[in-house]
Amino acid sequence: MPDSSVVIKGGTIVDFNGDRQADIRIVDGVVDSIGEDLGGDRVLDAGGCAVGPGLVDLHTHLRQPGKEEAETVESGARAAAVGGYTCILAMPNTTPAIDSAGVVREVLDLGRTAACDVRTSGAITVDRAGEALAPMAEMAELGVRFFTDDGTGVQDTRLMRRALEYATALDVTLAEHCEDASMAAGGHMHEGEWSSRLGIPGQPAEAEELMVMRDIALARLTGARVHFQHLSTAGSVAMVKAAKSTGLRVSCEATTHHFTLTDAECASYDPVFKVNPPLRPRADVEAVKAGLVDGTIDAIATDHAPHTTETKEAAFDEAPPGMLGLETALALANTELDLDLRQIFGLLSWRPAQLLGVTDVHGGPIEVGRAANLCIFDPTATWTVDPDESVSRSRNNPYRGRQLTGRVRHTVFAGEPVVIDGEPQR
Amino acid sequence: MKHLLSIADLSREDIESIHDLTDNFVEVSRRQIPKVPALRGKTVVSLFYEDSTRTRISFETAAKRLGADTMTFSVSSSSVKKGESLRDTIDTIGAMGIDAVVVRHQSAGVPWQLTRWTDAAVINGGDGWHEHPTQALLDTYTIRERLGTLDGRHIAIVGDIKHSRVARSNVLAFTALGAEVTLVAPPTLLPPSLEGWPVRVSHDLDSILPKVDVCYLLRMQRERMTEALVPTLREYTATYGLTRRRADLLAPRALVMHPGPMNRGVEIAAEVSDLPTATMVEQVSNGVAVRMAVLFLLLGSGTRAEAARVVADA
Repeated sequence: MPDSSVVIKGGTIVDFNGDRQADIRIVDGVVDSIGEDLGGDRVLDAGGCAVGPGLVDLHTHLRQPGKEEAETVESGARAAAVGGYTCILAMPNTTPAIDSAGVVREVLDLGRTAACDVRTSGAITVDRAGEALAPMAEMAELGVRFFTDDGTGVQDTRLMRRALEYATALDVTLAEHCEDASMAAGGHMHEGEWSSRLGIPGQPAEAEELMVMRDIALARLTGARVHFQHLSTAGSVAMVKAAKSTGLRVSCEATTHHFTLTDAECASYDPVFKVNPPLRPRADVEAVKAGLVDGTIDAIATDHAPHTTETKEAAFDEAPPGMLGLETALALANTELDLDLRQIFGLLSWRPAQLLGVTDVHGGPIEVGRAANLCIFDPTATWTVDPDESVSRSRNNPYRGRQLTGRVRHTVFAGEPVVIDGEPQR
Repeated sequence: MKHLLSIADLSREDIESIHDLTDNFVEVSRRQIPKVPALRGKTVVSLFYEDSTRTRISFETAAKRLGADTMTFSVSSSSVKKGESLRDTIDTIGAMGIDAVVVRHQSAGVPWQLTRWTDAAVINGGDGWHEHPTQALLDTYTIRERLGTLDGRHIAIVGDIKHSRVARSNVLAFTALGAEVTLVAPPTLLPPSLEGWPVRVSHDLDSILPKVDVCYLLRMQRERMTEALVPTLREYTATYGLTRRRADLLAPRALVMHPGPMNRGVEIAAEVSDLPTATMVEQVSNGVAVRMAVLFLLLGSGTRAEAARVVADA
């Protein structure tokens, strides 16, 4: 409906400039006016809601190309929209890996008709094998701003150093999945009290921390921008905090599951709780929460990792790691974090938008003339998570039965209401 | 009790009542025709993803002596080799109308997963490094027979605790029955955390041996060498093996136990395994009776009076 107008009525606008009660009228994908008692062709009720900039996820697995039975760009983007996201960053661990301009183009093309803005990361090394540099400049040319071998870290220190040096000329960020492979080898959950009791081979917190430590050293050596993905331990958070205080160009994210679930969940032996980095003990969960509150952790990411039911109905140590996250992230943050809504939108929207370099259209501020990418969130609605109601193709949601406070009511992407009253419109 | 998954699910009274039931079935095993019709019409399937002839035969013998029908789902020659999932396998077996499944799997937790997908009673026949509850029940039964009680007894468990389901189940069973437990192993063969384990730890076998009532040895697997957990088998034997010389440090009536199969000359010297205080043969024969008790508990009435009645009638 290119010529009609959409009005978001009765909500409270929340962006980094502050909160204010106002209606928003959108015409041609752009905020046309902000004020009281606005009228339009379509009216979306936002009574009692926060109207924030659409959320931005730095860490989404879309599984296309290669594992379309678990998720596609289209289905993943739809799940993102239901969760209030208007921009997601696809991870490169597809088959084939996103390690060349050709695969980047394929994913971006698939994203053109999706329910949110689909960006893609590129692999640091060819086929994410950690042996040879992927053609980063060629991918950066197509708009790739984040490079990562996510799923594994770059093990070879010399190669990582070269990648960082090379990246400084491209104005891109290298994002690292921190995991020392030889230290973590064979580990299927966090190594500690629970793994010892359950007889599940574990991987220690130090497997993550050793690579955080190394990459901080490499950030110092090269001056490159390093982003730490899904930090999960108290030690990692403390090291990044110290690195930031010395002025290094480092940033980091934490996932929703690392501040809402502990390794005690693995006692059910349900592989839905198997994830990498693994769920950690309470003290680490508290450190991640504290890092989100004190600003050490820049952004909340989902690490949305769909897997088919068949692959998750295996033995714990044989099942693939990963859990869904897009549809529950904002509600979990609202339920579990001792932060106000503006801080929560900061962690889920404008901070990740800045890190990804998409502030031209995402992350606010909500102003006349800017692209209308909005998340309309009812912070008091309560609901119970039912994985069977998910719009993702997969069902590996670890929050079955969990009561959450706050729910996305509508999502507006490029001016179009892609989610209305929680229902995806395409 | 619907399943037998973990010793952690059993109270002291539960374990003792299984031992009491076992007394009835030990007697059956000694008969010329060691068979009672307690579970006639019931079907017990053994689903072994990992080779274990000893445990499988023990369970199947137990089931047959109770008159149950047994089936073996042999993974190496089955649809699992063709990629069938855990869930499909149990669905298939379940559709044949079975009453109990004994499962052995290389991964911890598989018996728990099966309980979500089948109505049959699930018996944990060993899951990864996690638990082997019937082994602990037969070990504690054997100690009770030899020493009268576990209360106040001091038991050393020696060897590769980290990778041992037998050790995990026995720590729980020994301490539930009032024994004191010391784990004796190099630090590399202990679990990464012993938080919440009611045990003491030692790296000095010589100093522990004179103080124990039971020396429980674990099998030392050759693959541990390749994982850099101990330098050589020779060094392991020199420091943690129950050699002839070390066996002399034991009190005269202290028991020497091993779950089998033994690596003679590695964790235990050949002469030591033949000592009158060594219980390996009894452990195996008690294993059948204990498993009869477990099956009777899960599939029969489970009461001692009923056990006595079927045993007497036969």
